[in-house]
Amino acid sequence: MAGMDDFVSDSDSDYTSYWRDWFISSRGNEYYCEIDEDYLTDRFNLTGLNTEVQYYQYALDLITDVFDLDCDDEMRETIEKSARHLYGLIHARYIVTTRGLAKMLEKYKKFDFGKCPRVMCHSHPLLPMGLSDVPHQKAVKLYCARCEDIYNPKSTRHSAIDGAYFGTSFHNILFQVYPALVPQKTTERYIPRVYGFKVHAAAALVRWQHKDRAEMRRRLRKMEVESGFDKLDGEEDEEDEEEDDDEELEDAPEQNPAAVVQYRGAGEVATLQ
Amino acid sequence: MSTSSGSPESWISSFCSLLGHEYFAEVSEEFIEDDFNLTGLQSQVTMYKEALEMILDVEPEDDEDDDDEEDEDEEDISGDGRDGLAGRHERRHHSRIASDLSVIESSAEMLYGLIHQRYICSRAGIQQMSEKYELSHFGVCPRTNCNQTRTLPVGLSDTPGEDTVKLFCPSCLDVYVPPNSRFQTVDGAFFGRTFGALFLLTFPDYDLTKSGNEQLANLTRADEMVNINGMWARNIAPGLGKGRVYEPKIYGFRVSELARSGPRMQWLRKKPDEITVLDEARQFGEDGESDDDDESMDVSGRAVAGRRRPGNARLKRQAQNGSPMAIEANGAESEL
Repeated sequence: MAGMDDFVSDSDSDYTSYWRDWFISSRGNEYYCEIDEDYLTDRFNLTGLNTEVQYYQYALDLITDVFDLDCDDEMRETIEKSARHLYGLIHARYIVTTRGLAKMLEKYKKFDFGKCPRVMCHSHPLLPMGLSDVPHQKAVKLYCARCEDIYNPKSTRHSAIDGAYFGTSFHNILFQVYPALVPQKTTERYIPRVYGFKVHAAAALVRWQHKDRAEMRRRLRKMEVESGFDKLDGEEDEEDEEEDDDEELEDAPEQNPAAVVQYRGAGEVATLQ
Repeated sequence: MSTSSGSPESWISSFCSLLGHEYFAEVSEEFIEDDFNLTGLQSQVTMYKEALEMILDVEPEDDEDDDDEEDEDEEDISGDGRDGLAGRHERRHHSRIASDLSVIESSAEMLYGLIHQRYICSRAGIQQMSEKYELSHFGVCPRTNCNQTRTLPVGLSDTPGEDTVKLFCPSCLDVYVPPNSRFQTVDGAFFGRTFGALFLLTFPDYDLTKSGNEQLANLTRADEMVNINGMWARNIAPGLGKGRVYEPKIYGFRVSELARSGPRMQWLRKKPDEITVLDEARQFGEDGESDDDDESMDVSGRAVAGRRRPGNARLKRQAQNGSPMAIEANGAESEL
């Protein structure tokens, strides 16, 4: 392995490269932050991991740069692999500590984890997350705090990372600890149209979803909890609710929006010609 | 894939093979040659005639030769003694052509894009795009719960210069930025707002739950043949609803809605557990008059009308001639 060779040659020379430095700066490992020495040396933090990782002690020695076992390449490769796995497992614990959260927050602010692909999220930064805390189950996913949904990493070198190295809780804890960072929610959305007209099946679902949102906002208002939608959206929402009410009264759900769209559609045709 | 009758070296096929132009279909020359299809584009594109000639690989040599001859004639008349001036004039003339060429080239790309927007909504164009869709040329949805559903290229505006091309996922009915930055130079108006939704209405029989690397199949099982609001129930946002909505958890405990950081956007990914709830027209029919036999017959009659035979639905449509507008209006069956 190229990475392995790099490490060996580095440690042979006078220049001391720490294993963790090398690990987090190597290609594909951009999502990881560096775990403090103090955290690694406190055995309490590693409780239970010795049963998870083969050659646990050697792997830990490698991570903390005190590895000095004379062994063949094959053994070294096995220990190297164990070290990477162990680092990931410790990482999942570390990033929910105060220091770990702060480090990941810095990376979040630098867009180290990429941007949300959803158009209406306007390139909101993502956070890495796992769908399971047990290793070897699911690959890492990316969470967008704006649309509260999860996405697959763009690059295949990231989609190979184990999701358990980030865990199911980290990204939610981050926003509990830093509530000011919760992004403003938006009701902006895409509505499929054909020549300016909404498509019936999609429009009916959208109406149902908006009713669901209005109900949630009513619930939150009752409990006097801030909903987190911006003011402009709020006004739109009131209109939506009214619209919904109107529709219920008229019993002709498709009529109202269609009339509006028809007008808009006509305008477009005019500009085209 | 190509239905264009042009030579392999045509401007159109070379344009479509450029890096970043993978989403484009090759517009057939017959479509471009029909002036009706180009209505109104003249005023939107500079050097329209030259751009159109470039797209169709028509050599404008004859015109230029004529111009040159005329110029020469004029010069001859104006006097033989001023060779220097005539030479300068000629040079200026040539440099103008060189700079025009880049203008015409960009005009041609703009014009092709605008024709493309119309073409992919025509019968031949949407058929060609469906072949590209089947080959996963447009990529897959990045959303985890959409399970790699194939996407469709769309624009958020029909006016060029406003936004780049986006990908519409029929599974979550949302739009996404293409993963590769090379698509961030492609204008969204070249695909237009209509194509995505029109595609789903034109080809209702695709199994949208199939992921990008699986073979697409037509829906066949009888129990899935429920038509709601003009679409197969199974194809209405299959990526949404129960089990497909992300639930934030901390150490296994769900985060409360009442928390400042609690979930607020789940509505966007929700779908009624019983999809028939969305059949508002039918519900109205059932709620309104439940006592009359006539009424119930009407309801069942509509349900039957809404059932299409899956196999030949597309063939039937192909057999008809005319624009895609002529397709029986989807959702019309459930209208009261």
